[in-house]
Amino acid sequence: MKRRKFEMAAVPGNVARGVDDRFQMATPLRRLLNKVFPDHWSFLLGEIALFSFIVLLLTGVFLTFFFEPAMTEVIYNGSYAPLRGTPMSAAYASSLDISFDVRGGLIMRQMHHWAALLFMAAIVVHMLRVFFTGAFRKPREANWIIGSLLFWVGFLAGFTGYSLPDDGLSGTGLRIASGIMLSIPVIGSWLTSSIFDGEFPGTIIVSRFYIAHVLLIPGLLLALIGAHLGLVFKQKHTQWPGPGRTNDNVVGERMFPRYALKQGGFFMVVFGVIALMAGLFQINPIWLFGPYEAWVVSAASQPDWYVMFLDGSTRLMPAWEIYIPIGDGYVIPPLFWPTVVLPGVLVGMSVLYPFIEARRLKDYRHHNLLQRPRDVPARSGLGAMAVTFYLVLALSGANDVIADKFNISLNAMTWGGRIGLLLLPPLAYFVTYRICLGLQQHDREVLAHGVETGIIRRLPDGRFVEVHQPLHREDGELEYVGWVVPKKMNRLGALGPAIRGFFYPIEKPAEAPVSPAPPVDSDTERSEITSGERR
Amino acid sequence: MTTTHPGHAGGDQPVDLDDPDLSRFDIVRAGARADDIQIVHYEPQVVPGSKAERRLSRTVALFFLLTGVSATAFLAIYIWWPWEYELGYGGDKWYTPLLGVTLGISLLGIGFGILTWGKKLLPKEVSVQDRHEGEVNERDRKITAQTMLYMADELGVKRRPLLGVSLLAGLAPVGAVAAAPLVGGLISQPHKNNQMFTTGFAPTEGGQKVRLVREDGRPIRPADISTGGQITVFPGIEHGVSNKYADSPALLIHLRDADAQEAREANARIGHDDFMWGNFAAYSKICTHAGCPASLYEQQTNRLLCPCHQSQFLITDNAKPIFGPASRRLPQLPIVVDDEGYFVATSDYTETVGPDFWERP
Repeated sequence: MKRRKFEMAAVPGNVARGVDDRFQMATPLRRLLNKVFPDHWSFLLGEIALFSFIVLLLTGVFLTFFFEPAMTEVIYNGSYAPLRGTPMSAAYASSLDISFDVRGGLIMRQMHHWAALLFMAAIVVHMLRVFFTGAFRKPREANWIIGSLLFWVGFLAGFTGYSLPDDGLSGTGLRIASGIMLSIPVIGSWLTSSIFDGEFPGTIIVSRFYIAHVLLIPGLLLALIGAHLGLVFKQKHTQWPGPGRTNDNVVGERMFPRYALKQGGFFMVVFGVIALMAGLFQINPIWLFGPYEAWVVSAASQPDWYVMFLDGSTRLMPAWEIYIPIGDGYVIPPLFWPTVVLPGVLVGMSVLYPFIEARRLKDYRHHNLLQRPRDVPARSGLGAMAVTFYLVLALSGANDVIADKFNISLNAMTWGGRIGLLLLPPLAYFVTYRICLGLQQHDREVLAHGVETGIIRRLPDGRFVEVHQPLHREDGELEYVGWVVPKKMNRLGALGPAIRGFFYPIEKPAEAPVSPAPPVDSDTERSEITSGERR
Repeated sequence: MTTTHPGHAGGDQPVDLDDPDLSRFDIVRAGARADDIQIVHYEPQVVPGSKAERRLSRTVALFFLLTGVSATAFLAIYIWWPWEYELGYGGDKWYTPLLGVTLGISLLGIGFGILTWGKKLLPKEVSVQDRHEGEVNERDRKITAQTMLYMADELGVKRRPLLGVSLLAGLAPVGAVAAAPLVGGLISQPHKNNQMFTTGFAPTEGGQKVRLVREDGRPIRPADISTGGQITVFPGIEHGVSNKYADSPALLIHLRDADAQEAREANARIGHDDFMWGNFAAYSKICTHAGCPASLYEQQTNRLLCPCHQSQFLITDNAKPIFGPASRRLPQLPIVVDDEGYFVATSDYTETVGPDFWERP
């Protein structure tokens, strides 16, 4: 029998042929490899959230191997001496074990927590990018809605995870959450009692939060993230206006290999930064808080940053109780408004915003080109208003710490927050609106008259004027196309190229371009610069 | 074999794939054209074999080697560094930081290596791909709509209304069946045993008054608290000092004479005449706002501050909320001293403890 020579080199080709015979992959694969992505640093913010989510999944799975989601009382007998002999829940004890008795457990816990904070932060910054550049407009409203839902689902994921260790701080947070649920009119007590299975804290909430935190919420997040990315893929990414860029094309790089390499590298950088933070910056040192006891709390109990704005709204809310004199009487506690109604309104507003704006502007066209924030002053103003509103609330969430550190009266901080919450957002709107108009104006000025050169010339009649470098040769104004207008001479290449190299020049600099000086008239004598007055 | 390119980004002649003169890049470009992509700019950043290329390759290699070193260090530290917790300052405190730094550096090494590779060594390109979403295929829309309508016709729900009605009537309960076990299993009656309105201080069934005890379970005599002092007290029953009675804890305060007089007058105004014993008053520690322990007692002003949302209660005015978001007084625990000289609660709190809710009044 003649043995056929086995050719190693032919294997990949044969395999590929075999796969394509069966699954017809060639064409879709080529489409994928070729897909063009526009590039801009601001498009990477969402990626940070995605990459943090992957880190969350990885570290989270590790933590589940050691965490015991039970509220049964145990006596702690682990390595952390100060708490030895303390009665506590099994959840808290196992969280301590992860921190002290599992080799490398603490770094995993801290990576998980930092990744969660980064996840939420990246979502917020990404949303701001999308909002201020108008990337949510038709046809991308659905993706905007999915994105805003992702924030709130992430919020839930964060809160349930934060509550799991059952330490002193998270237990207080849970207590407040139960108070918030209680405050809901009509169904409040039923809802709370159903979730906690009786009165707070009960004995089951940690197990319920656990399954929500490790299965239900991540599942939902995964589905939403999948849909989010799928829509970006299907609808293609938006792009900034610029040379050759239109509403009907995408100008950028094909996905493979360069774009994909950069993404992969960026993932590793995000991952690495999370690891560094987890190693170097302590986060949520639960062993210092002790087990949850309903009667213990300390000052400066702050939640994770993304909850702080709700903490702030709760602190600023005046004590307005609504009493309904029917039958035995009913109440709507003041807690209801800042913690249930406010988030509800926020969700509604963010979900509806694309439609409200389209309606107001009667603009139902497709938009694939982004807008610079200055070009849409009303929207930018609204965004600034929202950010200011948020910041006042978030700062108020830490008003006791600020009052303490800066020696300000706590009550003054609260009143400052209340007044600031009403006054600052409209002010921010106004200021932003004016700044946008000013920037627009300046863009038009540069297009019409050229770039300021910094050269002051004195005219024969004694006036001083600044020389402007026009951006074009012909007369008339250049039209503004929605993209950056160069405003500095070195943007126009007036400066010689920088010499490359960190410690020493790695290449010989090209001969610096010599600006053509006006021919020196050798007849006229050089004279000193004088004040201009003749004697 | 030739490729065709129906997209309008094309326009060149079809490419003959068997042409031996064709470079691989020509084929790539032809493929891109088939996907409505024009590679309009494609510029190598480094000349193959140049000094710059070698230097960049070395940089990338350095990053990858850094990763190797750092990852090895991670493993070594992970295995051999003393990691078990010891009280006080010791090498174990460096375990997590070292792991973080080595892991971080090794990941950053991969990241920057790949980034340098991709950004500096690969050719720069500008490609333009057409979007087609704006182009609506009216014909297809119509066909799909008609297909769906035809499906409805075939089902004939309109002609056979009985089917539609019975379907709804029959299947709606099935949906409820799916929800029933979930809702039914989770739902829990909030007013079982009147639990929202009672605490551990309620007299026992035999009418026995409940003692006030400390965190360690010992009962309290008036002499145990100095003037101006205060102490957290719990119901002296089984599990009284635990989260099982999360609503029970109270703050027992020994007021100064003048303050106590003021407090007594305030009590009398709202009918709590005998709630204090001597200069001692006890108020629920659970904030009526969101349920945090309102535990920061300011001795000079007799204010009790809740550190969660800064509600402030004036103890000398029956724990009335005077600042912050709380809208209700802290419930007062009526106390007295029993025959053996220990504090007991004459009855349970007379108002509802903890965060407010709809049916509370």
